[in-house]
Amino acid sequence: MSREHNADPRLATSQWHGLRDKLRELGCDVQLLPAQPRLPDLVFTANAGLLVGHRFIPSHFRHPERQGEEPHFIQWFTDHGCEIVRLPEDMFFEGEGDALFAGDMLFCGYKFRSEIRSHQFIADQLECLVVSVELVDSRFYHLDTCFCPLNATTAMWFPGAFDEYGQRAIRNHIPHLIGVAPEESVHFACNAVVLERDVVLPEGCPKLYTALEEQGFQTHALPMTEFIKAGGACKCLTLLLPQR
Amino acid sequence: MFSEQIQLRGHIIDSLLLPKILDEILTQGGQFTIREVSIGQQRTDPSQATIDVFAATPEAVDELVGRLRQHGAEVVKEADVQLAEAPADGVFPDDFYVTTNQQTFVHLAGQWIEVQPATMDSGICVDAERKTATTIKFVAVRKGMKFAVGHRGIRVMPLERSVDRKSVFEFMASSVSSEKPKSAIIREIAAEFRLAKKSKGKILVVAGPALVHTGAGEHFEKLIQWGFVDRLFAGNALAVHDIEQALYGTSLGVYLERGALADEGHENHMRAINAIRAAGGIRPAVERGILTSGIMFNCVSQGVDFVLAGSIRDDGPLPDVITDMIEAQKTMRARVGDVTIALMMGTMLHSIAVGNLLPASVKTICVDINPSVVTKLADRGSFQAIGLVTDLEPFLRELTEFLAEERTA
Repeated sequence: MSREHNADPRLATSQWHGLRDKLRELGCDVQLLPAQPRLPDLVFTANAGLLVGHRFIPSHFRHPERQGEEPHFIQWFTDHGCEIVRLPEDMFFEGEGDALFAGDMLFCGYKFRSEIRSHQFIADQLECLVVSVELVDSRFYHLDTCFCPLNATTAMWFPGAFDEYGQRAIRNHIPHLIGVAPEESVHFACNAVVLERDVVLPEGCPKLYTALEEQGFQTHALPMTEFIKAGGACKCLTLLLPQR
Repeated sequence: MFSEQIQLRGHIIDSLLLPKILDEILTQGGQFTIREVSIGQQRTDPSQATIDVFAATPEAVDELVGRLRQHGAEVVKEADVQLAEAPADGVFPDDFYVTTNQQTFVHLAGQWIEVQPATMDSGICVDAERKTATTIKFVAVRKGMKFAVGHRGIRVMPLERSVDRKSVFEFMASSVSSEKPKSAIIREIAAEFRLAKKSKGKILVVAGPALVHTGAGEHFEKLIQWGFVDRLFAGNALAVHDIEQALYGTSLGVYLERGALADEGHENHMRAINAIRAAGGIRPAVERGILTSGIMFNCVSQGVDFVLAGSIRDDGPLPDVITDMIEAQKTMRARVGDVTIALMMGTMLHSIAVGNLLPASVKTICVDINPSVVTKLADRGSFQAIGLVTDLEPFLRELTEFLAEERTA
């Protein structure tokens, strides 16, 4: 996802297997999308789109380098019997990377990758409340890098990634917020896979682990260094089938 | 001010996008008017807002709207103005757009074109080839001219009022009352006069004969001599009473200096008219040394452009008076284009008539002993007028004193 890919392929493969095995160990049915030549970022399946029930809204990537992934994602979901709901051609939207449910509310990030116009389209399609928040720190270019719902009323977040209005909008809708320290946020602490009380997240975020455990969550820290170099971690490598 | 209409749609209340957009407009130095807001009834219903965004230049509007688009604002595509041909000379097409005295634009082939001049109670004649939009009065309508009809593609810019309320034109913008402190206001008016002179603005005075009756003429002459009067619009009566005073020392037979009736004084104003008619007009009377003082004398000698418009009640009239009403209106309209301040004193009907010719951007001051005059002027469309309820003599005396202070300082 970042243009500065200098990851060690062997280490990256090992870290990816670590994640896959951890998810299986926690009882997940893990489906795999076959890799494609010259599309290294296909590994970040969170950006495939958004699956709600059997309706799949495929992403339309802002950067041409990633647009080549779109037909592969669409094909996979078509093959798996999903209804494809396409965005208008002129709207950028990067899937679960910028769209995360907390209960029945869909939080959507915009500016760096997804466009806010896509949020209106999605709200109309899914007939759900969409809370749009502007991302203001380019290090956290997707919503799933700085915000992670844990359930309908709890989320972990890094407030500095949002403007004042976005912070207020999140506070207005999520009563229990667990703040991530700046030094841990850069390890993509928020880029976590939440499986009810189990939270799979990157290594290097001890303060967050403590905070989560105090709230009754079980944390599972994994090495994600090679993917963090490319701008993603646990959540970016997975897509919930369906998210809701 | 220039503007663009934007629309916001979605969960703009939950996402705090509406306050964010409005704050952004103000932070960037723009202004807004919310045209319409509809709030979704259910939690998942979208809300919608239509907002006019204003900024000082077209570029500033573009830049501002560009920023707002990032937050989901969509520019509302404006429809072109609808046109229809005049069916006959002097007749507008049905449903023609009737202008106000405010800055107005028509949308034509994707562009906003300013309607000129800003004059109330006119039609808008649109020349699509030349891309011009002109206000036209009934008399100038020719069969086949194309006029704006309906309200689509027409935008009226609200008159800017600064928020600091420092100037007289801000704090006076309220109901007329004789109870208001006048001195401070007159000082402000003097400041506006000086500012107009410095910035090459033009000052128009509209005056009734009360200017002479009340003995305010000598103060007004000072204004003329000091260069604070560029145009004078009046009727026959002002000139007649002024000339009577200049030639006989009376106004309608009363000695202004003593307040006493002159013997056979009622004849004086007729004799004054006769003298000017015999001379061939006011200017020839001045040139021949017949008229050597007074307001009209000063107008001629100081080069003040005056227009005297007639009425049915006129005695005479003086040869300078334009008795064809349409002609008088045209002559006056031709002389208001560069006016920045209009001072209207002691005449209700003439003030309303001139008010109808002025764009709302002209700072208009109405001075009259009768409060209803100012109210009426505003009610007839010149809403920008500020009012001062006072006799003309003390008003002009104080105004000239303030202006004199500056001159000596």
